[in-house]
Amino acid sequence: MELKKKILSILEKDAKLSSDEIAVMLNLEKSKVAEAIEEMENEKIIFGTKTLINWDKVEDGKVTAYIELNVTPEQGLGFEKVAEDIIREFPQVSSVSLMSGGFDILVELEGYSMKDVALFVAEKIAPMPNVISTKTHFVLRRYKHGGVVLNKEEIDERRVISF
Amino acid sequence: MNKKTPADFLSPVVKSIPPSGIRKFFDIVSEMEDAISLGVGEPDFVTPWHIRRAGIESLKNGHTYYTSNWGLKELRQEISDWYDRKYKIKYNPLNQVFVTVGGSEAVDVTIRALIEPGDEVLIPEPCFVCYKPCVDLSGGTSVPIVTTAEHNFKLTAKALEEKITDKTKLLILSYPNNPTGAIMTKEDLSEIVNVLKDKDIMVLSDEIYSELTYDNEHASIAQFPEMKDKTIVINGFSKSFAMTGWRLGFALGHEDIISAMIKIHQYAIMSAPTTSQYAAIEALKHGDEDIEQMREEYNIRRRVLVDGLNKLGLECFEPLGAFYVFPSIKSTNMTSNEFCEELLRREKLAVVPGSAFGDSGEGYVRISYAYSLEKIKKALKKIEHFLQTLNENPEG
Repeated sequence: MELKKKILSILEKDAKLSSDEIAVMLNLEKSKVAEAIEEMENEKIIFGTKTLINWDKVEDGKVTAYIELNVTPEQGLGFEKVAEDIIREFPQVSSVSLMSGGFDILVELEGYSMKDVALFVAEKIAPMPNVISTKTHFVLRRYKHGGVVLNKEEIDERRVISF
Repeated sequence: MNKKTPADFLSPVVKSIPPSGIRKFFDIVSEMEDAISLGVGEPDFVTPWHIRRAGIESLKNGHTYYTSNWGLKELRQEISDWYDRKYKIKYNPLNQVFVTVGGSEAVDVTIRALIEPGDEVLIPEPCFVCYKPCVDLSGGTSVPIVTTAEHNFKLTAKALEEKITDKTKLLILSYPNNPTGAIMTKEDLSEIVNVLKDKDIMVLSDEIYSELTYDNEHASIAQFPEMKDKTIVINGFSKSFAMTGWRLGFALGHEDIISAMIKIHQYAIMSAPTTSQYAAIEALKHGDEDIEQMREEYNIRRRVLVDGLNKLGLECFEPLGAFYVFPSIKSTNMTSNEFCEELLRREKLAVVPGSAFGDSGEGYVRISYAYSLEKIKKALKKIEHFLQTLNENPEG
């Protein structure tokens, strides 16, 4: 598992690295790394690869909203049923999580405008039978996302050559 | 009427110290705006935040005065504990530990405290650039010992023995080594100890890169009981904790020598920067994890760079310490200087000629991996392109 964790921590930072490159980085045999990655893919430990996008830089880019839901749990099924309903009915939502604290379920959704998202919440999510209340929060600006600080110019202050 | 120019007043010893051998090269790099440099000798990491915060807190609390000449008592205690915990060497914080302005001051003061005209100082080369001038300033004679790629740039007993005379007073050991990245293991050192144990020769062990030792444990010659009193250990915070700008180091050794060094330090320096000393206490108390993380990151870069250079045919032995790779460029039939100047001119990539670290560095270049992986990969591509076009188009 130690090996797998090391590979994961590298891939988490840069998914584009090939297993050959990772083998060099960790001083391992190439086949070992390829095998470990394949195993983790089969076990769904690695369940996808996506690109981090700074939508702020794209004209007419997307907006992201976090929607807090308070729901009545279904008898015998708990919150699972509500989550399943949301996932089935609205494939456009990007994440659904059960939360501790002041509300029950957090839904993450991307849309092309705030109005799009607000209407979606009002027309689709709020009327769901178990949903008691909703609160929608829009992301106005991202400072750090997926472990990466955004819009920060890297300046190397060091002298170009030193002994 | 004045007959002397200002320069005529300079001491002959100072005049005799040559300006840095790569000053011209340095000037070109500094002026080139879009050059990529793998030429620095300091970490790319910023000092971990909790350490910076401790410095800030000390200022908020008004700790803005001189400290004892020796350094803060609490810091000396932490340094003593750190050396015991990490390397199993015990030093009394009250009279065997002293806090300096970077490792550099500790090197200077050690040499000044020990060396007088006529003394010979053995300096394994290639090595960091400050030892020889410090010896010159004390009127001593520096005697280089050539280390070679064949022996992974380690100091061997044979090479050492050949250079010892009855004038030899000090041996400078600088491992992990800048610029080669070589380390000396406990076994390697035991050979050296066999040569030195019956001789009246002191050792200055510059261990500034001790925490940047990969896949091995750092070994210090002071770990050998027969050598402990004959060794001044120098270390500091610059490399281990990414604290170069704080200018803080320390020296450890026999109380008679440390107290003599304090005499020089108290008149020349007074005390090391107070803010830095408070930050350093925090570093030693809670910084182990930071070191571990930085070391792992350096280690990954090290492997990528060594692998990349070897694949390009620039042979390099595996450096197991510091953050430098020292590949041979002999296959290009260029001198180190020519190689670096051409690489800069054609590819806008700066690395340091090995010859800047002593004559035995000729035929090699120092490439630093205190840079992001992204930069290192870009640099490798540039070197690849450089080597390809070198044959096709010798004039560039």
